[in-house]
Amino acid sequence: MSDKILYSYTGLFDTPDEIIHAAGKTADEGYKKFDINTPYPVHGMDDAMKLKPSRLGYFALVFGLSGTFATVLLMTWMTAFDYPIVIGGKPFFAFPAFVPIIFEVTVLAASVATVLTMLFVFFKFPNNSHPLHDTDYMKAVTSEKYGISIQAEDELFNEEKVKNFLQALGAKNITPVYFDNEELNVKHAVFEPKFISLLAVVFILVSGATYITLNKLMFITPFNWMMEQSKTIVQESNVLFADGFGMRNPVAGTVPRDQIPYKYKGDPEGAGENLANPLIPSKEVFALGEVKYNTYCSPCHGFHAEGDSRLRGQFPNPPSMHSEKVRNWSDGRLFHVITEGQNIMPAYSSQLSREERWAVVLYIRALQRSLNAKESDLQ
Amino acid sequence: MSSNTNTVEYVKKDLPASVNKIGIALLIAGLLIIVFSYFVDNTRSAFNNLILLMFLTSIGLGSLFLVAIEYLGGAVWSTPFRRVSEFLAAVLIVVPIIAIPVYLNLHSIFHWTHTDVVAADPILSGKSAYLNETFFAVRVVVFFALWLLFYFLITKNSKKQDETKDQNLTTRNIKLSAVFMPIFALTITFASIDWIMSLNPHWFSTIFGVYYFTGSLLAALAAGTFIIVMLNEKGYLIKGLKKDHYYSLGALLFAFTNFWAYIAFSQFMLIWYANLPEETVFFMDRLHGSWVYVSIGLIFIRFIIPYAGLLSQPSKMNAKNLKFFSLWILFAHFYDLYWLIMPSYSKEGFVLGWMELGFPLLAVGIIILVFSIKSKKENLIPIGDPKLQRGLDFRL
Ligand code: HEC
Repeated sequence: MSDKILYSYTGLFDTPDEIIHAAGKTADEGYKKFDINTPYPVHGMDDAMKLKPSRLGYFALVFGLSGTFATVLLMTWMTAFDYPIVIGGKPFFAFPAFVPIIFEVTVLAASVATVLTMLFVFFKFPNNSHPLHDTDYMKAVTSEKYGISIQAEDELFNEEKVKNFLQALGAKNITPVYFDNEELNVKHAVFEPKFISLLAVVFILVSGATYITLNKLMFITPFNWMMEQSKTIVQESNVLFADGFGMRNPVAGTVPRDQIPYKYKGDPEGAGENLANPLIPSKEVFALGEVKYNTYCSPCHGFHAEGDSRLRGQFPNPPSMHSEKVRNWSDGRLFHVITEGQNIMPAYSSQLSREERWAVVLYIRALQRSLNAKESDLQ
Repeated sequence: MSSNTNTVEYVKKDLPASVNKIGIALLIAGLLIIVFSYFVDNTRSAFNNLILLMFLTSIGLGSLFLVAIEYLGGAVWSTPFRRVSEFLAAVLIVVPIIAIPVYLNLHSIFHWTHTDVVAADPILSGKSAYLNETFFAVRVVVFFALWLLFYFLITKNSKKQDETKDQNLTTRNIKLSAVFMPIFALTITFASIDWIMSLNPHWFSTIFGVYYFTGSLLAALAAGTFIIVMLNEKGYLIKGLKKDHYYSLGALLFAFTNFWAYIAFSQFMLIWYANLPEETVFFMDRLHGSWVYVSIGLIFIRFIIPYAGLLSQPSKMNAKNLKFFSLWILFAHFYDLYWLIMPSYSKEGFVLGWMELGFPLLAVGIIILVFSIKSKKENLIPIGDPKLQRGLDFRL
């Protein structure tokens, strides 16, 4: 014991009334660094010990409010800016729908952060060794006794005086508690193998239970009843409609968003005469045309539109686009071939948007001029 | 310290005569304005009368609930001032009288009482098995009878205990409270459905009963808190009420302010999300014209302001702050009832004039008078209650 440092003097009482009385007397005597340990919270203890109101509440307020504002920003940014989806016909910034989430995060942030603050700031986690741990005193106050512990750190502390004072209060089992500086500050009980393996067991149990619940239990009757819903599911049969299909055809004449019906179906000459390229040639437009041409056309037509397919005879080679005929075609006539295809060449209207098709046309014009340059190109 | 035999010494002190005078003055002023307003605009007055009816029901029934819950939960902290809630519950005796003018004007308030309208409306005829005048009248009588029955039974035992100090009376009241609790839950739900929700008989909301219950409890708590703090400051209660008691009252006011917001928002959000016309009518009416300002005001008056005002621990222990917010919450309950009921009278926008003044005056007058009459006849402290000493010793 001699190499150990005195932590406190402790005494035990039998009833909550006695401990309240003792706490009051100790505070009146002027002691500041003392603690009370009881098996359960005793009403009125804070007052008796003359404790100042805890500052933890302010931490909770700040954390809670941070949770509130962070969630408002998060929800707004996600649903109104980053990934706007129409849900139930509501506006993208649908504040009432955010409220439950804001509420939950506020509560979560406040409670979790408050507990962590308590652990790390007030209890100095991960150091959870305390001189009172593993003492007979602690054993007693965690079952049926009410204990007081006056610390040696207190300015008024004097071994003899405190001993007499506790005796005068009527405390029993008055004993000193010593501690080992080494043990207190170095050995962190949380890193003990026993504790770590307990954590591992908890981890396995919790994740196992979660796995079984979500992947097995949910598919066992009656938990799977929620999946049996008499609603329309796409690509499944459905009793609601006369034809027995779950999917409906769009109303006749329906046009998809951003798509204008093509006017010259089966009429290449009409397209050639009436369609004009709406794009103004620019670096960006040529770059777009090049990318799209190389992706969608070059496998058959070759990178330079000379009909040098890379398909090694698996598909008939197309003719060169440098022929007199194609060079004299209008932009609209070329556009038509891409839109509708020609003989065995398939249509590209579903892969390429209108604008992209016009860009490809411009790029083909540039390819043609590379072999058959005009007089003006050479100047 | 904790003993079941109490040694509390209590000398009964009468309330000053001025309390009675204020009560009578308010009652007369209120009645005069009301009689006059009935002559000027019968329908509008009847709607206001309905607000008054719901307000006083809240105070009376909410207080009776507080008494019953104290017995049921075995609470000790509220025993020293349980009489305040008992006296306030006596407002229930006056409530049937307030209901008479409403009943006489049933046809101008409730759309579904017109049989020709109901016959032409398939939805209303579907509901007519419940919503018809005969069954409505039967329910009204049953509600009042049950409330008054339990009021008299519970308070009689409590009063008797002052003299006999018989602990069995507490046990008997605990049993009575246990029976009363489910009856209370059902009657307050159906009363709120009958008297408020059926103003718009097409509309329905399953949470409505809870909404009215929350408001009622807040009103009863607020009225009680104000009176308790006043009495304690003026020395009418046994010295010994501490900030621990104040804190508990404040915490309940704060908790139920939050609960109101939770319920009110739940009702709003589900209706807003599903967006079904038969449910949204309620909120469409209240977002129409100048009603939208009343609706936005409700969020602040009923939730944000009392929330901020009662958030911190010291604010719940401060007598001045508690009194202010008790009165505030009482006003907020009246405001809430106005918001629930008046849009059925004037759809285009809210109406506010001298005709709306008489009813709150009468309400305050009735509460003061009932309390002062009761306090003259009975002790302000349940001196025979075995929990009294422990209640006075209560610490947080
Ligand atoms: C699957 C191979 C293949 C792809 C990919 C392909 N084509 Fe063709 N294309 C052909 C064939 C084969 C022909 C000849 C059709 C015929 O016999 O008229 C042809 C014909 C043409 C013609 C008419 C040539 C003429 O002389 O009549 C043009 C213009 C044309 N393609 C443009 C394109 C463009 C632009 C793309 C890219 C969007 C493209 N093709 C993609 C196979 C392809």
